[in-house]
Amino acid sequence: MSPKPKVAFYWCASCGGCEEAVVDLAEAILDVVAQVDIVFWPVALDFKRKDVEALPDGAILATFLNGAIRTSEQEEMAHLLRRKSRLMIAFGSCSHTGGVPGLANLFRREAILETVYRTTASTVNPEGVLPQPESRYDGQTLTLPVFDDSVRPLDQVVEVDYYLPGCAPTPKLVAQALGALLSGDLPEKGSVLAPDRALCDECPRKASKPEKLTLKAFRRPSEVIVDPEQCLLAQGLLCLGPVTRGGCEALCVSGNMPCTGCFGPTSRVRDYGAKAIAAIASIVDSNDEEEIRRILEEIPDPTGTFYRYSLPASLLRRRRPESVAA
Amino acid sequence: MPDNGFEPKIVAFFCNWCTYLAADLAGTSRLKHAPNTRVIRVMCSGRVDPQFVLDAFAHGADGVLIGGCHPGDCHYQEGNYKALRRFHLLRRYLADMGIEPERVRLEWISASEGDKVRAVVDDMVAKLRELGPFRQPAADEPREKVEVTS
Repeated sequence: MSPKPKVAFYWCASCGGCEEAVVDLAEAILDVVAQVDIVFWPVALDFKRKDVEALPDGAILATFLNGAIRTSEQEEMAHLLRRKSRLMIAFGSCSHTGGVPGLANLFRREAILETVYRTTASTVNPEGVLPQPESRYDGQTLTLPVFDDSVRPLDQVVEVDYYLPGCAPTPKLVAQALGALLSGDLPEKGSVLAPDRALCDECPRKASKPEKLTLKAFRRPSEVIVDPEQCLLAQGLLCLGPVTRGGCEALCVSGNMPCTGCFGPTSRVRDYGAKAIAAIASIVDSNDEEEIRRILEEIPDPTGTFYRYSLPASLLRRRRPESVAA
Repeated sequence: MPDNGFEPKIVAFFCNWCTYLAADLAGTSRLKHAPNTRVIRVMCSGRVDPQFVLDAFAHGADGVLIGGCHPGDCHYQEGNYKALRRFHLLRRYLADMGIEPERVRLEWISASEGDKVRAVVDDMVAKLRELGPFRQPAADEPREKVEVTS
């Protein structure tokens, strides 16, 4: 048996960008490989589920699991990897707070299946077949994972030790987390492995943020020529830096794009979207109800904007099923 | 009002300077109103973080009532306008989440309007009785109605 600590990577409901983030370590990944044994990484290495099952419980030092939990198979894998690992790390926005796939919690599963398998323009499905957990074909029984009603962040399914935020986590934070893991110099359990302060604090445009920031209009990046030096929010762009955890070193803002909030909230905030609603509504420069309404109407999709990465981890988690239109 | 035995629970955030005093006045004036509110005194309606509203629903409230001073009367100049701005944005999110508009209400009630407290609370209770209880599925119910029939 190898004396090197064992590490696993797994991919649930996400786009695959988090797998890229691991590869983005570039040459540094060779140092990682030199120090650990990767025992499971379906996207890159040919280990199977039975190989994980064969390991003793707690044999893996840490599992980095990216993606939200949406199917019964993902839930089973999360439980299996939790049992085999001493540390479970939620890797990336989807695993941390639900991510973009979490916006599916605005719809019933029946409506999602109907759209995806029957009504989109590119669908060819003359018999209108929907995926079945169990079906008979040619005398055989075939099974598929069950597609859940709700998307869940990892910590609603298994106990999570640490969170690596971001869509995707930056190579620097990933390298720091691996370093902390290998040296054993870990923060308090349950911590998010990124600075606990708002993005504005590390923003290169911080000095140009007005003392009292108020707005008469919201603009989209495509509608204005963005000043590369000035605070984006002060230019009327919906930048969520004031309510978002820092640690990304203002990557999007440096690229002239407003922060969309992928690092989630700081430790003082329970519901990221509600805090974003409070922050953004507060800077509207009007006391007239009609004008307030008109200015806020310039934000076309408040839910998709403020809960882009965190709907399943929010206080309400999903749209109420009773009143959902098909 | 349907007599279905359902007693709605309303979490009411009343500002210290106007609506809370109005509720007090309703009491000392012996005005009878529905006993369904759980009043939480806040210094200003501008103190009502949208998180409070969502937390109330997450903890089983059927409705949330926010009461503040009339426009222009805020003890802190602008707090009630701040509440108004947040309310407009929050309401759009709540609609997306399938929460009926009658479940969340923002009312301006001055310290002398004890009767308005009675009218608003009674009216809200009647509307919530019509709507029925608010229930959000628990986090561990990811596949409540799982079987697909095609």
